[in-house]
Amino acid sequence: MNLDAKIPSGPLAEKWTKHQAEMKLINPANKRKYEIIVVGTGLAGASASAALGEMGYNVSAFCYQDSSRRAHSIAAQGGINAAKNYQNDGDSIYRLFYDTIKGGDYRAREANVHRLAELSVNIIDQSVALGVPFAREYGGYLDNRSFGGAQVSRTFYARGQTGQQLLLGAYSALSRQVGLGQVKMFERHEMLDVVIVNGRARGIISRDMVTGEIKRHVADSVVLATGGYANVYYLSTNAKGCNATAIWRAHKKGAMFANPCYVQIHPTCIPVSGEHQSKLTLMSESLRNDGRVWVPKKQGDNRKAEDIPDDERDYFLERKYPSFGNLVPRDVASRNAKQVCDDNRGVGTSKQAVFLDFRDAINRLGKPKIEERYGNLFQMYEQITGENPYITPMRIYPAVHYTMGGLWVDYNLQSTVPGLFVLGEANFSDHGANRLGASALMQGLADGYFVIPYTMGGYLGSGGLDKVTTEHQAFAEAENSIRGLTDKLLSINGSKSVDYYHKALGKIMWDKVGMGRNAKGLTEAIAEIKAIREEFWQNVRVLGSGNELNQSLEKAGRVADFMELGELLAKDALHRNESCGGHFREEYQTEDNEALRDDDNFAYVGAWEYTGKNSEPVMHKEALAYENIHLSKRSYK
Amino acid sequence: MKLTLHVWRQKDAKSKGKFAVYQANDILEDMSFLEMLDVVNEELIAKGEEPIAFDHDCREGICGCCSLYINGRAHGPKRGITACQLHMRSFKDGDTIFIEPWRARPFPVIKDLIVDRTALDRIIQAGGYISARIGSAQDANAILIGHDQAEASMDAAACIGCGACVAACKNASAMLFVSAKVSHLALLPQGLPERESRVLNMVAQMDKEGFGACTNTGACEAECPKEIKITNIARLNREFLRATVI
Ligand SMILES: Cc1cc2nc3c(=O)[nH]c(=O)nc-3n(C[C@H](O)[C@H](O)[C@H](O)COP(=O)(O)OP(=O)(O)OC[C@H]3O[C@@H](n4cnc5c(N)ncnc54)[C@H](O)[C@@H]3O)c2cc1C
Ligand code: FES
Repeated sequence: MNLDAKIPSGPLAEKWTKHQAEMKLINPANKRKYEIIVVGTGLAGASASAALGEMGYNVSAFCYQDSSRRAHSIAAQGGINAAKNYQNDGDSIYRLFYDTIKGGDYRAREANVHRLAELSVNIIDQSVALGVPFAREYGGYLDNRSFGGAQVSRTFYARGQTGQQLLLGAYSALSRQVGLGQVKMFERHEMLDVVIVNGRARGIISRDMVTGEIKRHVADSVVLATGGYANVYYLSTNAKGCNATAIWRAHKKGAMFANPCYVQIHPTCIPVSGEHQSKLTLMSESLRNDGRVWVPKKQGDNRKAEDIPDDERDYFLERKYPSFGNLVPRDVASRNAKQVCDDNRGVGTSKQAVFLDFRDAINRLGKPKIEERYGNLFQMYEQITGENPYITPMRIYPAVHYTMGGLWVDYNLQSTVPGLFVLGEANFSDHGANRLGASALMQGLADGYFVIPYTMGGYLGSGGLDKVTTEHQAFAEAENSIRGLTDKLLSINGSKSVDYYHKALGKIMWDKVGMGRNAKGLTEAIAEIKAIREEFWQNVRVLGSGNELNQSLEKAGRVADFMELGELLAKDALHRNESCGGHFREEYQTEDNEALRDDDNFAYVGAWEYTGKNSEPVMHKEALAYENIHLSKRSYK
Repeated sequence: MKLTLHVWRQKDAKSKGKFAVYQANDILEDMSFLEMLDVVNEELIAKGEEPIAFDHDCREGICGCCSLYINGRAHGPKRGITACQLHMRSFKDGDTIFIEPWRARPFPVIKDLIVDRTALDRIIQAGGYISARIGSAQDANAILIGHDQAEASMDAAACIGCGACVAACKNASAMLFVSAKVSHLALLPQGLPERESRVLNMVAQMDKEGFGACTNTGACEAECPKEIKITNIARLNREFLRATVI
């Protein structure tokens, strides 16, 4: 299999413009003859559905929540990057491009990232036009804040609810198209399979989550914008329903899965409080603008934060990385937090936490300013922990947050299955081995508002699509296999709940495929995941029937997929004998515990092919060519 | 702590529902309300009984999925938070807790504690947007919006569309929800060109869905987890009047 990324020729900064000019166009009258399925209504899916609908295509959009506005993107807090240079601090498209490649530890495609940086400016314009109330300065101009991995201030925000406001903007554009009849919305519908006819994606099988009805949907092209797979770890900052089912089942139908081991562990989350913990809550990275991270210098120091004098505190990020300080990228901050806790200098009852302290910022700026900037985050923290962060420093610890890996796509965002496009966090494309803060929202909207509207035309305009209906044999087969799977899950009637298995899987993943990985642990994890998966299929208990709203059944299908994906993730981590970005292999580190990359052997995208239930997956390599940026050691010192 | 729960159980939209009583043992203060329900559900599954169905997703107060009526109050006893943000330290050992779905005619119960809130989406589809064609926007800084103006718009835009206002209102009115969207957009210069059609279409759809009228009781503001102000309803009324007069 040849992984052709279809990167346009020509100078980096001109590739996208040139490609746009060269792609096929479909005339307005013909657009309405095409049907497109978009699965997912997060930033990527909602913006894509709105844009495609507006252009005249007939779109069917799907989400598992009761409303498209509730997609997980709604929870993004801190902000969205754009190379506007409104602050006149030296930002530019090139610098955003450079920061993103470097932030990703030189494991992303240059051409995609440059396009992303180019489109970033349009996103802000579009969002403002749709009524997104970004924070403003007193003169009426847009305000910015700083995020990790950058020395410029390019992050636009709407309080601590940037994702909510951007999503509501995209949702309103989508709603307009629904009102106009251009987009048909299927809420509470879960996609369970993609249907392939003559080698092309031509539809999906869905389950109506209220009635249980299994339905066939035919289209000319299918777009997946179903988000990331962080919930393979059970505990993560993702919403409870986030799942990998759509991309995993597409993977099993031929779409390659790229870099599954690139998982982002976010440094600032509220620590786990006990066995009952059902998810983890992020404290936005924006807090690191004003909060200072520290632990006691002394091991096993049980004093309260207030009682530890300044000279007995270790502001370890400021000490080790003087030029970026508390704003080092996430992977670096997380690893350092783990190291100080491993060194028995963690704080709180569990000792698995570090302080994020606002004392100095409050003294410098006053409480009202801090309240204006982070009020809702402080409130959220107090709700959960019962502690007041204006007085006691926050306790934070890293948690699984985002997945850089995903379905492999080419420059057009098309997977290895023709006609199957993948947008947003579900694809692997732009963040390499580590994503910079405030760049996921940017990517989701760039993909949906500005890339897919062009590349979809390029695909459909190239022709070759047969006339297909839901009566086609491929639909019947896909439907039958989904029915079989549902029946199987309901008939096992074992003794343990779905959550029991999800937690067990999560524990293996976190302990052995988490922040620090090594060959021994990964090998064990692979065997343990297999064992737990076998047990699941013998002993899971899913009550109720398939013809009704059945949340256990929904979860069971998702956990079954996570159990397969978890194994691939561990395999990918085991094969990558280097440390880069979020992937830290303990065997490969420098003397001062920094990630040790191996560009000679690993400067490629690892895309895995599914070869069947009982055979090993096969990896294909897409070499990463750096023509504009010189590969160098990533340093934030 | 130990709690006695009275939970609304209803098989589907067509069936009649009733309260079932469960004992929740070993509940910790640090658990969230939904984690408490998780614990109860695990016990039900172990006993071979179907778990309680409830809507939830983000579990941090932003997606608007969770929709529990707890001891007669939308999202429970504490102000300014959603049910998923409520922690068990707000209750004490031995408490009895009643848990019901939202009750409002435009929100039919689908199962147990889950209701159908798509009526709210249809109101937005009728006009809760700015028609700005994708790809045609001007530079964002070409539209100046004063700091306070942007903040006021953001106050209204913070609505999470959970429907607590409707559930709390004795008339099942959706005025707070509609007014939040109308205000958010009316407070921005970009929203002004469609000001009249927006408010007229949204209100027409609201009436069509069967939501009740506002009689200024203020329960919606008191129960809103995002503390959306009732002054938005006054603005909605002004906008509506303005649009009908013009
Ligand atoms: C707490 C938190 C804070 C964050 N803060 C920031 C930030 O400040 N800045 C930033 O840039 N990024 C942030 N991120 C990351 C960012 O929010 C996500 O990466 C991004 O929103 C993903 O968008 P998406 O459109 O790809 O997918 P999602 O928003 O996850 O949407 C997925 C959609 O797919 C649907 N779906 C999934 N599976 C199925 C299925 N099988 N069938 C039908 N529908 C399905 C869902 O219903 C949903 O509509 C944050 C993430 C978290 C968890
Ligand atoms: S679950 Fe999202 S607001 Fe409660």
